[in-house]
Amino acid sequence: MRELVNIALPKGRLGEKVYGMFAAAGFECPSILEPNRKLIFENEEAGVRYFWVKPSDVAIYVERGAADIGVAGKDILLEYAPEVYELLDLNVGVCRMAVAAKKDFRDNPERTLRVATKFARIARQYYASLGRDIDIIHLNGSIEIAPILGLSDVIVDIVETGKTLLENDLEPLETIVPISARLIANKASFRFKAAEIEAIQEGLQAQVKQA
Amino acid sequence: MNPVDYSLKPEERVLFALRALYQKYGYSQFKMGKFEEYDLYVRNKDFLVSDGVITFTDTDGRLMALKPDVTLSIIKNTREAFGCVQKLYYSENVYRVSGSTRCFKEIMQTGLECIGDVDLYNLCEVIFLAAQSLQIIDERYVLDLSHMGVVAALVDALELTDQARAEILKCIGEKNADGVRKLCPGRDIDGLLTLIAAHGPSDRVIPALRPYCAQGAAKAALDELEAVAGVLAADGCAGVRVDFSIVNDMNYYNGIVFMGYIPGIPASVLSGGQYDKLMRRMGRSARAVGFAIYMDLLERLEDAARPYDVDTVLLYGEDADAVALSQAVRLLTESGRSVLAQKAVPEKLRYRQLLRFEDGGIKP
Repeated sequence: MRELVNIALPKGRLGEKVYGMFAAAGFECPSILEPNRKLIFENEEAGVRYFWVKPSDVAIYVERGAADIGVAGKDILLEYAPEVYELLDLNVGVCRMAVAAKKDFRDNPERTLRVATKFARIARQYYASLGRDIDIIHLNGSIEIAPILGLSDVIVDIVETGKTLLENDLEPLETIVPISARLIANKASFRFKAAEIEAIQEGLQAQVKQA
Repeated sequence: MNPVDYSLKPEERVLFALRALYQKYGYSQFKMGKFEEYDLYVRNKDFLVSDGVITFTDTDGRLMALKPDVTLSIIKNTREAFGCVQKLYYSENVYRVSGSTRCFKEIMQTGLECIGDVDLYNLCEVIFLAAQSLQIIDERYVLDLSHMGVVAALVDALELTDQARAEILKCIGEKNADGVRKLCPGRDIDGLLTLIAAHGPSDRVIPALRPYCAQGAAKAALDELEAVAGVLAADGCAGVRVDFSIVNDMNYYNGIVFMGYIPGIPASVLSGGQYDKLMRRMGRSARAVGFAIYMDLLERLEDAARPYDVDTVLLYGEDADAVALSQAVRLLTESGRSVLAQKAVPEKLRYRQLLRFEDGGIKP
């Protein structure tokens, strides 16, 4: 019996969309769509085993080899810099990492800039490249509130449509980097399951081109 | 299996086999102290696998470090000798920040270095020993070779800024073809894309790259890679392949670099290459090649040889006579079995046989 390829998918809307691409590429696993609380699904015929994990954990499962491949946002890959292969840009979950501030914000370069964010590493690297001294305020959610309450001067966060920013009287100032979902692979798994992983990669590539 | 082998953990068994292997090829053991002057590491900070060194002040005021690396110390202690090479192996604990936990860890590292007038034979011998080392751990190993000269020539042809060049090299290391396309819009990058996609046996990968390495440094590098792969194939190293995603720091490494993988271990267990550039930076004119095996990763190997924690559990009561019990235990151990004398069986213990010590004798 051949070994299954273990695939970590991010729980949520993005994961469902990505599963659709895997299925269309010939790696379906119908039981995954049944409404239940199971987290692991297998289809021996297609040679795949899927599991749902928290989106920010996908890279950890793949880096440590519990999953052979997975789908993670570029934001997570930049923030945690896992030792994985980044095989394909799936071109879904497209958004950008941006700096945003209150509409009346005026930057004073004489002062240390206070930056609230979930993505400390990305923010630090971005401002280091500008030579700007910053004070990172690490938050886990509702980042938009920080400048409103005077906790920070600006925020670094994911911007999809900009609607949340607008509703909170904020505006995007700069784009740091465009973000989308990527197919990632464990470096050792790629050696031992190369043919299977490349078959999936090719199947998904065709899906990306069609879209 | 003899009792000594039985009591060894897989990584210890591997270590003994590796030492025997290296000695067989004339490598002698390099033994070093736990400390080095911190200065040695500051000057070559980027060469270290991780940043972060444990430092302390010695009684005479010098800043010392618990060694995070062995190669630098070996280079420091070698003398220049024309026409021959120094062949050394080591098995040392190093202290460095572990990637996932961001804490200092003591890591057992074994490796070898070949320093001096390194020629094609020496180069092939070191890579052959790397392959043999992996074979000892698991015969399904993969040893991937790359050549920094091939990668550098294809990247340099694009004439990029230093920053863009660093980003391209990162993309090559990630097999990130989409990233390279985005960084070089409208440029002729067919060679680079072929390089990223190519991996597998050398007789398949090298011909695919030939059209992009037709002359100059690129051709010379690809020829060298082909020559080395040819020698290793003739030596019967079945697990040797070519994969250009192995991109070590170009400030230190040149020529051939390689990494080894074992099924069941999620990261590379062996890493090495030619580091002539590091030698130059340390004021040496000799050439050098070597590799290291991260023995701590071998902990993850399943211990197939040890299905049981102990052969025999010998249960005795509160009133057992110590002299008679002691003799009973000795009787069992002398028959070649391992014995655990207990008043009750510990939870989750895996044992072959349960015996009782009653009325001065052993009973089933």
